Amino acid sequence: MEMPTPNAAVLSRKEQIVARLREVLPSDAVISDERETRAYECDALTAYKCPPLCAVLPANTDEVSAVMKICHDMGVPVVPRGSGTSLAGGALPTADSVILGVAKMNSVIETNYDDRYIKVQTGRTNLSVTGAVETNGFFYAPDPSSQLACAIAGNIAMNSGGAHCLKYGVTTNNLMGVTMVLMDGTVVEIGGAHLDAGGLDLLGLICGSEGQLGVVTEATLRILHKPEGARPVLMGYDDAETAGQVVTDIIKAGILPVAIEYMDRPCIEATEAFAKAGYPMCEALLIVEVEGSDAEIDAQLKLIMEIAQKHNPVELREAKDADEAGRIWLGRKSAFGAMGQINDYMCLDGTIPVSSLPFVLKRIGEMSKEFGLDVGNVFHAGDGNMHPLILFDANKPGDLELCEAFGAEILKLCVEVGGCLTGEHGVGIEKRDLMNVQYAPADLEAQMVVKDVFDPAWLLNAAKVFPLATSDQRRAA
Amino acid sequence: MTPTTEDELAQMIKGANGPLRIQGGGTRPIGKSDGEILSTSALNGISLYEPGALTIVAGAGTPVAEIEETLAAENQRLAFEPMDHRPLLNTDGTPTLGGLAAANVSGPRRIAVGACRDFMLGVRFVDGSGNIIKNGGRVMKNVTGYDLVKLMAGSYGTLGVMSEVALKVLPNVETTGTLMLAGLSDEKAIAAMSKALGSPFEVTGAAHFPKGEGGAPLTILRIEGFADSVKYRANRLRATLAAFGDVDIEISEDNSRWAAVRDVTHLANQEGDVWRISSKPSAAAGLISKISPKSVQYDWGGGLMWVLVDQGRDLRASLGSFDGHATLIRGSADVPTFQPEAPALAAMTSGLRSKFDPRGILNPGMMS
Repeated sequence: MEMPTPNAAVLSRKEQIVARLREVLPSDAVISDERETRAYECDALTAYKCPPLCAVLPANTDEVSAVMKICHDMGVPVVPRGSGTSLAGGALPTADSVILGVAKMNSVIETNYDDRYIKVQTGRTNLSVTGAVETNGFFYAPDPSSQLACAIAGNIAMNSGGAHCLKYGVTTNNLMGVTMVLMDGTVVEIGGAHLDAGGLDLLGLICGSEGQLGVVTEATLRILHKPEGARPVLMGYDDAETAGQVVTDIIKAGILPVAIEYMDRPCIEATEAFAKAGYPMCEALLIVEVEGSDAEIDAQLKLIMEIAQKHNPVELREAKDADEAGRIWLGRKSAFGAMGQINDYMCLDGTIPVSSLPFVLKRIGEMSKEFGLDVGNVFHAGDGNMHPLILFDANKPGDLELCEAFGAEILKLCVEVGGCLTGEHGVGIEKRDLMNVQYAPADLEAQMVVKDVFDPAWLLNAAKVFPLATSDQRRAA
Repeated sequence: MTPTTEDELAQMIKGANGPLRIQGGGTRPIGKSDGEILSTSALNGISLYEPGALTIVAGAGTPVAEIEETLAAENQRLAFEPMDHRPLLNTDGTPTLGGLAAANVSGPRRIAVGACRDFMLGVRFVDGSGNIIKNGGRVMKNVTGYDLVKLMAGSYGTLGVMSEVALKVLPNVETTGTLMLAGLSDEKAIAAMSKALGSPFEVTGAAHFPKGEGGAPLTILRIEGFADSVKYRANRLRATLAAFGDVDIEISEDNSRWAAVRDVTHLANQEGDVWRISSKPSAAAGLISKISPKSVQYDWGGGLMWVLVDQGRDLRASLGSFDGHATLIRGSADVPTFQPEAPALAAMTSGLRSKFDPRGILNPGMMS
């Protein structure tokens, strides 16, 4: 993975930069010791590592603004960091960059149940946003699988989704307002506790901009009352086509499940060995969850079971209570861990039209043989967001490169069938050089001029998202 | 000018030497704009509809009615319930998909499912220099690059002219239940609506008329879904709202009551200017008492206020500073149509305009 050559002038001024930062932050909030900056050398895409020049941990918007102003004035690149759970390398530093971590900014500023929002500092973790409101029966809907650790700042940067977004949407659909610091230190407020912020939809533009337009320090998030209950049904099929048809039939029947999850045989086998969830050994396993009162759930599950039955399942199991529901979800929730027990893996998240599922799965199976690397598929079938997990051995020379080449072919296939490179993880560095597959030069130019407006000097997380060759001139300017 | 292909559209914009007034069906003349009319009406037709994937793609000039009919045949719908502005603005013509997207038009169900922009999956557009640009796609989850789809939504043709829009659609519902409460003050009505929207019963509409049918206050709440489920939730919600008085329940397959809320027919055919105010529900009654309008309709649980005031009045002077924004939808007041932005935001906005439309020819001045 190519990264820009670090700016030698910045590297040589490390002491002055750190000294300036210490003027505006408490001393323990500026980390410059080389042993300690290693803690920030990578995110969850651990194949790539580079310690930053230094890391800062501001405690509020004013401190973030002061840091940004200094970096802007001194021409120092800044890489914002939530909790460092990005699978796309969104928080990977360059050697000449200041890591701006939001971890200290984790407080709840306001909760309002009448108007159904919560305002938080963005270092707060996704799950602890729900934690702050659940005693009142409320929750924050987007639920990425890293929700125990990931920060709202990162969720906004990557427009994170989750298993339940078929019904509740992703981050951008649940974000009402932000306080954001621009690269030059300017603080802007966009939106608020009202719906549909006025003027151009800058909120929608910022969500998913991968920390390249500004550092979001506070966020107003929509909260909802929890449903009365939720229960899943598990079904197994002998081939992907049938499972795909079941998904289509459920949706066409007018039922909107909160989640439709899919696992293929390699994934089921790994999961069974690891978590012993009692899953059937079959080609395609679906978990479909619906919400409501007990009677409402029964009624919806009855319709779903009828559809499932028509397609001759090898197994059909309805959760009658919370205990059975837990067992049905156990394997799915252990899937990534189970694959990790077998070997190192790379997790992709290309999205495809639901109708292309069987074809794409078949092609991935064929490519797996061509590349000689095993792959398991576990994904959100309702919205076509795939998660192929390619297994490789990080200690075997050439295996990572082979895995990346395989991954690139899968993502190109996703684009070919009408889908996209990434559904919820973001581009980061991982998919950066594939952007030309999905977008023509004019399409990328239209995105890059947006960054020109927010960060004219291209100092903020600037080595991400756009192919380096496409963005080089802007960074050099 | 009425281009029939995207390429023609690009050529016309590239060759333009003066301001262009971008038009779909011309049913939503909101905001001031002069210039030669550039109509997208001939860029029409549904190019893809996959009911099983909940996705439809169509040209910007496609009539909304054609899309809704196509969806209805598969028992699906545009869940954001787009308003038809014709009754309120006294316009005729054919509302188009492009107009819908450019004005980010939603209806009462916006509180439950999201706005038009939340259902927009992808766009193709031509910027002010004549470049053809695509963003997003036709899949439901897509974080590949910046979300220019959202930027185009509600940009009123000032950044680019959309040629094609991809939308997420949702299943239609079997039954609609409407709960009705009579005689509540604005404060009480908003408290009742907040209570309902903060319940687990999935309320998809919450409106209040201080002067409803017969001049008395009427508050209405909507629940949708399968018939048994609607009955169950309507009854549970009635019990939840017991403190607010008697609740009548109307179960129906007819949505006309809510279509009237959607189209704000309450304020149609009355003299005066119409403003649309967005704020948080708990602030709504206070804002309304500050401005004493001639008539008002609260939607979105109080978060959206449609008000009728005397012609020419600068409503923002009365509103003062508040969390939200006010837009002049119909009227003669000599004020900016859209809420003026804070200087730092205005700088971002004008920066974006100068990049997407360097010559300033696309609906110039429209959003100021």
